Amino acid sequence: MGSAVTAKPQGDGFGLAQYARCFKGIVWRESLRYWHQRERFVSALVRPLVWLFIFASGFRSVLGVSIIPPYDTYVLYDVYITPGLMAMIALFGGMQSSLSMVYDREMGNMRSLLVSPFPRWFLLTSKLAAGTAVSAAQVYAFLLVAYFWEIEPPSPWGYLSVLPALILAGLMLGALGMLLSSLIKQLENFAGVMNFVIFPMFFASSALYPLWRVQEGSPWLAFFCELNPFTHAVELIRFALYEQINVLALAVVLGATVVFLAAAIAAYDPSRGMLKRREGS
Amino acid sequence: MSFYPPDPEAASGQHTGVISPALDIAGVSHSYGKRKALDNVSFGVRRASFCVLLGLNGAGKSTLFCLITRLFAAQKGTIRIFGFDVNCAPGEALRRLGVVFQARTLDLDLTVLQNLSYHAALHGMSAQETKLRAGFVLDQVAMTGRAHDKARDLSGGQIRRVEIARALLHQPCMLLLDEPTVGLDVKVRADILKHVRGLVANESIGVLWATHLIDEIEPGDDAVLLHEGKILDHGNAAEVAARAGVPNIAAAFKRLTGIAGEGTSWDLP
Repeated sequence: MGSAVTAKPQGDGFGLAQYARCFKGIVWRESLRYWHQRERFVSALVRPLVWLFIFASGFRSVLGVSIIPPYDTYVLYDVYITPGLMAMIALFGGMQSSLSMVYDREMGNMRSLLVSPFPRWFLLTSKLAAGTAVSAAQVYAFLLVAYFWEIEPPSPWGYLSVLPALILAGLMLGALGMLLSSLIKQLENFAGVMNFVIFPMFFASSALYPLWRVQEGSPWLAFFCELNPFTHAVELIRFALYEQINVLALAVVLGATVVFLAAAIAAYDPSRGMLKRREGS
Repeated sequence: MSFYPPDPEAASGQHTGVISPALDIAGVSHSYGKRKALDNVSFGVRRASFCVLLGLNGAGKSTLFCLITRLFAAQKGTIRIFGFDVNCAPGEALRRLGVVFQARTLDLDLTVLQNLSYHAALHGMSAQETKLRAGFVLDQVAMTGRAHDKARDLSGGQIRRVEIARALLHQPCMLLLDEPTVGLDVKVRADILKHVRGLVANESIGVLWATHLIDEIEPGDDAVLLHEGKILDHGNAAEVAARAGVPNIAAAFKRLTGIAGEGTSWDLP
C-alpha cells in the first residue's frame, strides 16, 4: 500500500491553508471532547437556570431595580440578572477550560499540542477560540430556555447583537483561565480557583445587583466591583442585548483580554514561562 | 521505499554543503531550582542511525526530551535538529521530529483515527494527506483493524503502537522515543523494538531511543550513557565497551557509573 503515497518535501514555514487546518483541528478536537462530555453541557446550563428560576424568582419582589441604562423602564429582577448569568456561563466555561488544560498536562495530552511546529501563541489562541465557541453555544442554549420563561431581548436582533459581546467576554475569561492553568501545579489545587477567582469575580460584580446599590452599602466594595473586569463583561453583554455599546465596558474587556492572553502566552513560553517549573523530570 | 524527505535541508533551501547530524546537542545544561538535571550534555545522532540514550531513572533522559521537543528551553547550550536550532527556528526543527513520550499522550476519549487526525491537523496536513498517511502508518504497526476503536479500549502495547504510528504520521526524519517499552511484556517490547529498527533500515529515519533497559542495545548501535545529568561516554556501543575495558555495554555502564555490586541484574541476554 505504501506505493500509493509519495514523499513530499516540506518548504519553509507554513502557509495560510496549513494554519487554517491546524485551527480547524484544534476547534474540532475541543468540540469533540465537549460532545463526549455532554453532562458538562447540561451542568453548565443547570447552574444559571437554577439562579434564574429559583434565586431570581425568590428575590423578584425583594430587589427592585431602578431605571438605569440600558433599560428605559423598570425591569423585573430576572430580566436584570440574565446578562449576569450569561457572563457566568462564560466565566465557568473559561475556568472549565483551565481545568481541562491542567488535566491535559497531568495526563500528558498537552504535550501533543505543545510539540506542534506551529507557533505556541497560535496554538493557545486557537484553543482559546475553541473554548469561546463552546461557551457561546452554551449561552444561546440558556437563552433558548429563558425565552420560554418569557425572558428575551427587546427585539430579536438582540440575539445577534449580543454575539460579539459573548465572544469578547468568552475570550477574556478563557484567557484568564489559560493564565491560571499555567499557575496551577496540580488538579487538586483547582478548588482554590473556585474560592479565590470565580466566587469573588462573580459576586463582586454587577451580575446580581446594580452597582449603585452596592455603592449604598459599601463604597469600597463598589470601587472594587468597578475594577473587576467581569463587571465590564456583564455590562458589555447587557448593553449588547439591547443593541447598544457600552464603550467603557468594551475598552476594559478588550484591554483585559489582551493582558490576560499575553500573560498566558508568556507563561507557556518555553524559555520564560511557568511550564518548565511544573514539569520536573 | 522511503516516504520521507531525503534531505530536509535541501528541501527547505537551507542546505549549506555541510551534512548536519539528525540531532546535535551541544553543551546543554538545565536545572530545576538548585537541582541540576543536565550538566553540559553534548552528543549527536547521525542520520538514519539507531542511538540509545541509556540511563537509570532520574538520569535526566526525560528532561533532555523536554528540551529537544521545546516543551521548555534549555538554560544553556544549543539543540539542533537537521541544523535547525530548536529555539531560533522551532517550527522547522519540530516539523522534522516525531515524538513518543514516556507518558501516554493519546486522548483516550477519541478513536485511534481521530487521534491521528488531530495530530495531522497540528502539523497542517490536509484531509487527503491525513487519510493516506493514517492508512499507511496504521498498516505499518498492524493497527488498521482498530482505527475506529476508542484509545481507552486498547491495551498498553496497542497504545504504544498507535503512538509510534502517530509520531510517524507527518513523515518526520528523526524519531524520539522516551522509554517506549516500559510496562510492556517481552513479546510486545521485542515487536516495537524491531519495528523501530526497521524504520531506521528501511525509511532512513534517525532514532533516539531512551531506555534504562540495557538488553535493548545491540553491539552495532550508537549509545549515549547518561548518569546523574552527565554524559559518561558516547559512540558505538562496542567501542564504548572497549574504551571502558569491558566486554559489553552493560559492563561498561556498570563500570562507568559505579553501580556494580548494587544488586542490579544488568547483563546482556
